[in-house]
This record gives sequence, C-alpha cells and structure tokens, in this order.
Amino acid sequence: MKGASFDEEIEMTENKEYKVVGTRPIRHDGVDKVTGRALYGADFQITGLLHGRVLRSPHAHARILSIDTSRAEALPGVKGVATAADLPDAEDRIADLGEGAVNLKYLCDNIFASDKVLYKGHAVAAVAATNPHIAEEACKLIDVEYEVLPPVLEVRQAMEADAPLLHETLKTTSMGETADEPSNVASHIQHKLGDPEKGFTEAEVIVEREFVTGTVHQGYIEPHNATAHFNQDGHLTIWCSTQGAFTVREQVAEILQYPISKIKVVPMEIGGGFGGKISVYIKPVAALLAKKTGKPVKVLMNRTDVFEGTGPTPASYVRVMMGATKDGKITAAEAYLAFEAGAYPGSPVGPGAMCIFAPYNIENVIIDGYDVVVNKPKTAPYRAPGAPNAAFGSESVLDEIAEKLGIDPLEIRLRNAAKEGDRRADGPIHPRIGFIETVEAAKSHPHYTAPNGKKYHGRGVASGYWFNIGLESSVTINVNADGTINLIEGSTDIGGTRASIAMQAAEVLGIPAESVNPSVVDTNSVGYTAVTGGSRTTYATGYAAYEAAQDVKRKMIERAAKLWEVDESNVQFADGMFSSINGKEEQISFRDLCGRLGETGGPVVGSGTVNPGGAGGAYATHVVDVAVDEETGKVEILRYTAVQDAGKAIHPSYVEGQIQGGAVQGIGWALNEEYIYNEEGTMTNASFLDYRMPTCLDLPMIDAVIVEVPNPGHPYGVRGVGEVPIVPPLPAIANAIYDAIGVRMTELPMSPDRLLKAMGKI
Amino acid sequence: MARKSHVQTTINGETVEFLCESRQSLLEVLRDELYLTGAKEGCNNGNCGACSVILDGRLVNSCLVLGVETEGKSVETIEGLAEPDKLHPIQDAFLENAALQCGICTPGFIMSAKALLDQNPNPTEHEIRYWLAGNLCRCTGYDKIVRAVLDAAAAM
Amino acid sequence: MPTVVIPPLMRNLTSGEANITLPGTTIREVIDNLESRHPGMKERLCQEGRLKPGIAIYVNGLLTRGSLLERVDADAEIHFLPAIGGGVSEPSY
Repeated sequence: MKGASFDEEIEMTENKEYKVVGTRPIRHDGVDKVTGRALYGADFQITGLLHGRVLRSPHAHARILSIDTSRAEALPGVKGVATAADLPDAEDRIADLGEGAVNLKYLCDNIFASDKVLYKGHAVAAVAATNPHIAEEACKLIDVEYEVLPPVLEVRQAMEADAPLLHETLKTTSMGETADEPSNVASHIQHKLGDPEKGFTEAEVIVEREFVTGTVHQGYIEPHNATAHFNQDGHLTIWCSTQGAFTVREQVAEILQYPISKIKVVPMEIGGGFGGKISVYIKPVAALLAKKTGKPVKVLMNRTDVFEGTGPTPASYVRVMMGATKDGKITAAEAYLAFEAGAYPGSPVGPGAMCIFAPYNIENVIIDGYDVVVNKPKTAPYRAPGAPNAAFGSESVLDEIAEKLGIDPLEIRLRNAAKEGDRRADGPIHPRIGFIETVEAAKSHPHYTAPNGKKYHGRGVASGYWFNIGLESSVTINVNADGTINLIEGSTDIGGTRASIAMQAAEVLGIPAESVNPSVVDTNSVGYTAVTGGSRTTYATGYAAYEAAQDVKRKMIERAAKLWEVDESNVQFADGMFSSINGKEEQISFRDLCGRLGETGGPVVGSGTVNPGGAGGAYATHVVDVAVDEETGKVEILRYTAVQDAGKAIHPSYVEGQIQGGAVQGIGWALNEEYIYNEEGTMTNASFLDYRMPTCLDLPMIDAVIVEVPNPGHPYGVRGVGEVPIVPPLPAIANAIYDAIGVRMTELPMSPDRLLKAMGKI
Repeated sequence: MARKSHVQTTINGETVEFLCESRQSLLEVLRDELYLTGAKEGCNNGNCGACSVILDGRLVNSCLVLGVETEGKSVETIEGLAEPDKLHPIQDAFLENAALQCGICTPGFIMSAKALLDQNPNPTEHEIRYWLAGNLCRCTGYDKIVRAVLDAAAAM
Repeated sequence: MPTVVIPPLMRNLTSGEANITLPGTTIREVIDNLESRHPGMKERLCQEGRLKPGIAIYVNGLLTRGSLLERVDADAEIHFLPAIGGGVSEPSY
C-alpha cells in the first residue's frame, strides 16, 4: 500500500509540463447537475416507501421521566414508532468511528436520548407513516414527561466548579490520565516548546487579549436525509447524503450492533457537507424504522432540525498573549483555548491548538486547550475545525503587535514565517510548506498596493494554517475497448472531485479528462475509502487514481510487449503512446492498444490503494477591504483577495471555488452568523431568514490567487485546498474593522449592534 | 386522511394532471407526486431559493405555493430548460464557469437566472447580485455564479 | 536510537524530561522501553494492548495510523499527541 511506510520516497513526476493536470475541463457530473437530473438523497424513490419524522426535545436540559407512544401509534397511517428503547444497549466503550474516536454510549444517546435530553432539538423518538404529514402529526401525539434541569450554555460557565453537570460520569482526561471528580471539562491538552516565561521577558512589546466566538453552523443547503430498507435476508441498504459511505457503515454497524457485511451504504449526490455530514443522525433511525415496519423508510430533516439537531461548530473563549522584540521577532506566544463540545465530548480544540501558531517559527510557546460540554447540539467538524476560532485570536494579536511596532502586518509575518525544518508548537517538524510564498504574493498583489485611507474604510490581513489529512482511498480502473476508462471510487463528490481525481488518472495514461468516466459507488463496490473531509479527496483519492492508472499502464506495457513479441523492458510509454525500443520500431497509442485487449489476454483492470502520511500543510493569506456604515454599524466587504498554496492545482477552477467558498463562509462567520440562544437554551433564530448566511448581494467578487509550492507527499505535488480558506477571514476582517474605526473587535460575529457599541453610538 | 383535489396544470409545456392534498406545496407535488426532483427543498419556508420555479412567467419559491393553486397555470422547472440535444445557454455557462460545487442549489439558481434574463437580457453585476439574493449557495461564494450569469447574458 | 518527545502533560512521569532517546524498532518496543525507564507511561498511552483512543502518534512529523506495530527508524522522532480526529485509529475495512 502506498504511503503506509514512512521511509518511502515518493517519486515526483519529472515532467512538469502536464497535459491534463492544471487544465479546466467540464466536470463529469456537470450536465446531470445543471439539468436537475442528478439524484440527491431526498430524491430517492422506491416502491412502498414510508416517511419518517423525528420528535425532538423542547428543553435544553431535562431528565426523561417517561415516553408514551400509544396515541401516535393509534393514528391512521402510522406504521411504526422508535425510541432509545429500540437501540441495542450501548456499552460504555470506545468505537473508532468518523473523524476520530467516539464513545459509543454518547453516539447512541445522540441518535435517541435515553435518560436525559442535553439540548433543545435532541432526538427523542421517530415515527414512520404513509406520508410525511401524518408522521409529523404523530410526533405531536407522543407524550414525553420531562423533569426540566437548568441548562449550561456557555463554555466558561460550564467550567465553573458549581456548574450543573451534563454527564455525572464525565471526568477530565489529560493525555491518558483521568481526574477523580466529575466535570463538564472532558479533556485538557497542552503543547509546549522552549521556555515561554523566558521568552516573554525578552519581549519588548507584549499584547494579550481575550476573544469570544459564537456557535455557527456549516449551513449546507441540503438537509440530512436517509432511506433505509431491510431485506428479508437481513441485508440493510441505506441510501443517503454523506461525506463518507464507509463511515456511515461503521457508525450504523456500531449503533445497531449489526455486522458491516450486511450493511450497504449507497452515497447519493450530496448537497454540501463542510464536515457536518460525517456524523450520523437519522441514518440509524431510518434503519430502525425500516426494521420495525418491514418497509423502506425515508427520513428527512427540515431546516430547523438541521440547526437544532446537527453539529454546529463550537462557540469558544480564546485568550492569546504574544511578545516580540522591536524588530518584530516573536519571542513567545501563549494561548488558552476553551471550546464548547456541545452535549457530548469532542470539540475541535485539538486542531485549534495544533494550528494556532503554525504559520510562525516561535521558540517559546505554550498552548492549553479544553474540551467542554454544554447544553447545545453535539458539535461536528466544520471546515478546518477549530482553526478559525484560534486564528481569530492569534492573528488579531499579531496585527496589534505589528501596529504597536510600526511594522507592516505582512512584513511581520514574513519575519516570523515558518518554513521547512522549523518546529510546529505541537512538536512535528514542517516539511516543505508554502507559507512565505502566500505572504509574498499577497504583499505584491495590486489589492495590497492600492490606496486605502478613506474615512470608515479599512484594510486588514491575516494568515491561516490547516494540516490536511491523508487516510485510505481505493480506486479501480476498468479499461474500455475504445480507449476510455471507467474509474470507480468511493469519495463522495462535493465540489468537483470526480473531475480532479479523473484528471490524475488521465495524466498518467496520456488520455483526455473526457476519456475517463468516474463513478462514485456504494460500499459493496469499491475498496475502503475514508471520508470526503480533511481536505483529503483530491490528494488521497487522486493519489489512489494515480496508482490505479500506473497499474493499468504496467499491464498495458505487458500487452504491447506481447503484441510485438518483445520483452516488457523494451516497451516505453510516453504522451499516450507505447513504443518499442532496442530493435523493432513499433508504436501504438493507448487508445489503439485498448482495442486489442481481447487478443492480448483479455480485460485490463487496474487498482490503487493508498494511505499516505504526507498530506502536507496548507497556508493561506487573505487581504480584505471593508467599509463601516457609521450610522448602522453594518460592515460591507469592498474587496477581498485570498492567496493560497495549493501545492499543485489539478483543476484550478475548482481550487478557486474552494478558496472563494471558504472565504465567504468565513465572512459570514465574522459578520453575521451565530446561534442566538434565550435563557432556556432555545435557539431563537433557527431558520435561514434569521441565521444570516451571506447572499451574493453581500459580497464582491472574491479574487482567489493560487500559488503552487509542490507537496513532496504527492506525485503531482497536490495539497488539500478545501479547509484553510475559512481560517483567515475572521481575523482579517477584524483587523480591517480596526483600521476603519480604531477599535479592536474581539467578539464574533462583528454584527451591526456590536459595531455601534464599539463606536460608542449605542 | 385529507381528501385529495384534482388539479390540471401545464408543466414545461405539457398538460399534467395530478391529485394532491390541499396542504401539499407545489414543491411536494413536483417532487413526490410527479417525480420532478430537480427543484430541491433546502428550507421549506422561502429563504433559500433551492426550489425556485417559474409560475406563469414569475419566479416563485415552489415551497410557498400550494399545489392546488397551480390549477390552469403554467409551471417551468429545471427539467424543461434544456433541449433534447442541447443545454440552455445558462446551463452551459454554469458548466464552463465551474459555477457549481455540490450542485444542490444549482437548479434554483439557473431558474432564477432564467427569470432575470427573461425580463432583463443585459443585467449589470449588481443587478444580478440583487436578483439572485433570494438564492443561497454555501459552496461557491457566488463569484463564479455571477460570472456565469454575465456570460450567459452575453451568449443569449 | 529513536527519540520520544514526551507530551508536557506527561512530564510528571519523567521528572520534567522532554526528549528521551531509547532503543526500539517498533512503537511497541519504544513504549515498552519507555515504561521500564519511567513506570506509568504505558498505562497512560495504551489499553488492552492498543493505543488509547484520544492519543495519536506522529513519526518524523507524519501522522501514523496509531498502530503499535509501526516500524521506526533508528533516528526517528516520535510524538504522542492528542488525537485531532481524522480517524486516526483502525477503521473496519
């Protein structure tokens, strides 16, 4: 398996003049998606389909005293009702699922609350009926008796010694050590480099600030969906929207205590995920209802269900202190990160702690991170999980240091920039990275050199890091007689990855991108493939496609050798042509040789499986101009430039798309988006009207600038591009607002009311 | 169970008859009764535009129209836009500009853009942004969508 | 010999020592040798013969699958870090 060993040298392709890589073909699934023919999870139809709906808790924290489903079951059209009582007893043990280790008890309780509800919107029961309206009516007929408990809604309150406990058995763990007393603090992590105390004494300027960020949602436009069917022979099929069909299979198997060999997950087209479609919510529910009714059951969420019942990304409290010498050299940095995990442990404080100072080479660092449960939905990954919260603090503080020292904010980044061989604060040494290149490109960009000085207008910059992940991917290639190939993969395509994966195989075989038919298939039909997440798909599944194409190439060389009756070592392949060397002057194109497979030995199938360790980190540096309306406090984005190291952009249009989309999600997070809770712990803005995501009217064009510093861990130098663009916008906009109004904004979102307060207008 | 009404309407130029409950939205009818699943449900309360269709020449959120209201009317959906062997210029422009990522909002955006270009064949960037503000896209940051509509207008 | 970088929250077991060089050709051997030098280490890192959930292993800057069978070079640098998600443990294939 490629990449499984760590001393392996990856052979970088010599030829930098690519024919397919770096071009912009029409994506393979494009026509289906512009004609409405592409089938998403909710579009799935099957004979005899029942419709399921979920009853959710009206309280943020309550003990369930009783659940009576009899009135619901009596409603005509209702075919089945499920509750936590229908789930197999969850042992309190650890299962390896999704993006990390998940405690199975917590996992099951998040599907259906058993003893307590821990957030408003927590699933309590579900109904299957002949139509969705009846299912909804039936939910209202389920009688649940609650003993309401006081909710804990904020991370610092939850950490207080006398805070109400969500889980009586939860105790703080710190690198394998467990505390004696129960607490809402699930874990404490720490990274330390050098001697921070000494580093601060060497500093000539020190800035320390506190930051607060709100709970925000991934905001994918397609709500969660799942259709499940149990065959009489016990085979369970689930058609659904997911970032990872195999992780759905694992989670459903664990939750239902059912063998993975009897579960087939069919990934339908997916309408956005951003990390939020890795955890399962209604997939086991659909399976339970299908089991109970003997019929296929489709369960759909509505938008309120999505806001209240699925993973947002955490609110957080962040304290950052940095010190620097007069010439701008950072001598020490300290960070305290307290992240809300939601109802069950597992906030992204780890990645936040890993990324916070990663753009810089700092000798003395200490970072403390706390994962804290509160009465809000269990958080789920959201694009570079944890890193934006952390960078909001560190990049704001660095901006302030630059200002105090009278150094250009990009220049101070260059003076401290991390490069190959430097040590990240959490320990590992950086491989070849392209941070400096992003800062230099931003510095010389016409946006940064354009004048900026109008009243209430401001410019800000910020940088960001995301580590990216590798993990397993499998690809199979079937060669067609007409010189095309069918490429079978297991990565759900959320942003054009069929194209970026197909293009890597096409490059190897010297055929056009259009000669590849990529298919994303179910868990029975392709080798294990990890989630579309961690910015890994074009990197790792593309790598698997490269390996599968290499396998095809080797086999085709054997066929050419057979055809010409020469030794394989006498056959060369370049630019889509096989040729013989040493004697016979024969040539045949890939396409023509495909037409002669029958006579040379039959079908050719290539396969590639990878688990690469060298995902390579990604860096971004953003520049933004804002205008603050002095009367309303509204912040307008006037101009936005996002520079990013993509390693090698396989399909530049979709790399730009990732950069633009990530930047805009960051803009929403910075300016508008947050869960607004009342005292009882009810989210009061659980709709797209009141949870205000950016519309196109809120935005200018987003200038995406790709720099390419090849990743040594991939044959074409690919780095993941999906996540890092959401990291810089929060601090970049805060820094721009400071430039405009002279006030440091330290609380997100930087909404009009907060701006007016900051300007002393209210 | 609620009694169903018989409705006759025109969808993409064809006369269509269906039965629906009075509480069923046009979106539900299109998707669940007629299997025209190109219009998507993103919010079911008129805030995301993923279910955009054109009703008697006017852009609507089909989740906010009742199925029974379409009696005698004409509905255009994404399924009717392309010709059998040729995409509509807006569809081509979306593909060429890479103006979609996950694609769930795409049918709504394309129908919305069509309604705009039907009444304003040469919109400015600002007019496009104003018009499309009722359609949410979470993937693209809208940059390439706006460019696609500008390109489509130029091509038409 | 490989070098283990002891996480700050585990340095109470090593009297504050941060970098420890010790023999071993696999992660398991390295941990066993660490345990004999600094008792208590193994319990913090492993359970039931496997790496504890919530802990990740980096070798020479690269995230591993967290397998104790992972081979390590003579000059390897090994980090035990909080697992950051990403399915660092063994999936069910």
